[in-house]
Parts: sequence; structure tokens; C-alpha cells
Amino acid sequence: MRTFGSVLVRGLLVGLFAGLLAGTFAYVMGEPHIDSAIAIEEAAGAAHTHDAGGQAVPAEAEEEPLVSRTGQRAGLFLATSLYGVSLGGIFAVGFALFRRRLRTGSDSYAALGVAAAGFVGIVLVPFVKYPPNPPAVGDPETITKRTVTYLLTVVIGLLAVWAGVAASRWAQRFGPAQWIRLGVGAAAFLATVVVAYLILPSINEVPGSFPATLLWQFRLASLGTQSVLWLLLGLGFAAVIDRRTPVSQSEVVAA
Amino acid sequence: MSAPTPARSVAVPAISPRLLAVALLAVGLLLMLAYLVAFDQGAVSQSGMYLHELMHDGRHLLGVPCH
Repeated sequence: MRTFGSVLVRGLLVGLFAGLLAGTFAYVMGEPHIDSAIAIEEAAGAAHTHDAGGQAVPAEAEEEPLVSRTGQRAGLFLATSLYGVSLGGIFAVGFALFRRRLRTGSDSYAALGVAAAGFVGIVLVPFVKYPPNPPAVGDPETITKRTVTYLLTVVIGLLAVWAGVAASRWAQRFGPAQWIRLGVGAAAFLATVVVAYLILPSINEVPGSFPATLLWQFRLASLGTQSVLWLLLGLGFAAVIDRRTPVSQSEVVAA
Repeated sequence: MSAPTPARSVAVPAISPRLLAVALLAVGLLLMLAYLVAFDQGAVSQSGMYLHELMHDGRHLLGVPCH
């Protein structure tokens, strides 16, 4: 048995590791699309200043940005790392609090299960309703509304996962066949998600002129980044928490 | 080849009120960190828009709504 502090520190370190690698994925797969989107944004911005009736206001366009593009590319790694550390810590706390309620003897399976639940609830459910947008898409005036609805989908996603698990356990009374439990669990999850999707407002701020291919590629890169993060969180946490993980001879001697 | 034996005990301590308090405190601090990355507009961190702009690409690629 490990102490709570030891579990938490392991989660933070795994999160840092997962965040750094997710940042690498995002840098390779996502940055080109962000650059393309910013080029479109700047082209549109230039066109707008021309439209402003002769009185050009070039100050906005030529203003030195607060952080250069190079800085933002480095900041990408800072963002994914800090986000990974945060998720890794929360993951570890969640694991510690819920481990005894998970009906598996294997800490590895438990870690992978928590990661799968987190990925579905925190990534997939929000992604389908409010897919992420590249720069140049999105009305700054609706940012509050978009942030609140996004956070709602995160909460609802986690609730839906919980509903699915609770329903599948409840369904055990109908017999030992596993398809009954899985079916009832999936139905409860889907029902929760569908009802939430219908109630939450639809938001589509993609300009008609924005290239569809770029939008698709950006969203795929975003989903990939988050998939890498959660996959490595689950695998990494399983590796550091399961006492059956093989340890090298040198580590044993050192310990 | 022998079948893997399931671990009889789990790797984490049982939950006590004190542990629960520490756990909730940790989650609170970690959520603040996530907020800083994902949602800060400078008003809370008192950094102006610097942190917001620095972590701009990450926020977009982590699926969080942005400007």
C-alpha cells in the first residue's frame, strides 16, 4: 500500500510526462494548422481595415503582439505540461478516492478504467457537442457563453459516465449475462448525453469562408492531442501504481 | 505459464476524513492550475493577457473555447 502523498506525487509526475508528450504531438500535428488559421485571420483583419471607409486604422494590425508566435509555440508545451500536471493530480486523487469502489483486483485495470472514464467524460462528450475551433473562428463577444456551455458539457460528460456505471451495476439484478449490464449501462450513458445535447444551445460560429479541410484537420489534431494526453495518463499511472510492474535490478538495490 | 494472480489489496490507503480533506484541498489547487491554463484572461492571475497569450496555442489544441 502506498501513502496518499506518494499516489498524488506519482499522478503529478505522470501528468507532466503525458502533458509534455501531448505537447509534442500538438506541436507536430497541430501547429501547422494554427499557423494557417492565423494567416486567414490576419488576411481578414487587413481586409476589414480597408473597409473602414478610407480612414484606415492600422494601429490594430501593426501593434506588436504581447507574445510572439515563437513564444506561443514554446508556450504550447507550457500549457500542455501544466494542464497535464493538473489532470494527473486530479486523476491520482480520483483514483485514491474511488479505487475501492471499482470491482477489479488489478490496479492497472482500475487506472485504465479511470482514464477511459475521464477521456469519455472530459474529452469526447464536450468534443461532439462543442468541437474545438482554430484561431479566426469564434466571436469574442460570446466567449462567456461558450466557456460556460463547454464547462457544462464536461460536468455532464462525467455525470453521464457515472450514470452508465451506476445503471450497469443496478442491471445485475436481471441476471449474470454481461450483455444486459453493458446494454443498460450504455443506454443510461447515451440517454444522459442525448438529453443534454438537445437542451444545450447549438453554437456554430465558423465563417462560411473558412476552409472546411483546415477546420477538420485542426479538430482532428486537437482530438489527437487530448487522446495522447489521456492515453499516457492511464498507461503511465497504471505503470507507477501497480506493484506488479517489473522493476530493474538497480532500482531494487537502490531502494 | 501461470495465470496472473489478482492483487488482493489495493494500492491506496482507505479513506479517512483527514485524507478526504487533503484530497479536496489538492483538487482545489489543481483546478486553479487548470483554470490558469484554460480560462484565465488576466483578471485573476494579474498578469494582464500575458499568460493568456503565452498559452494560446495549447488552449486551442486542448479543445477549450478561446476568444
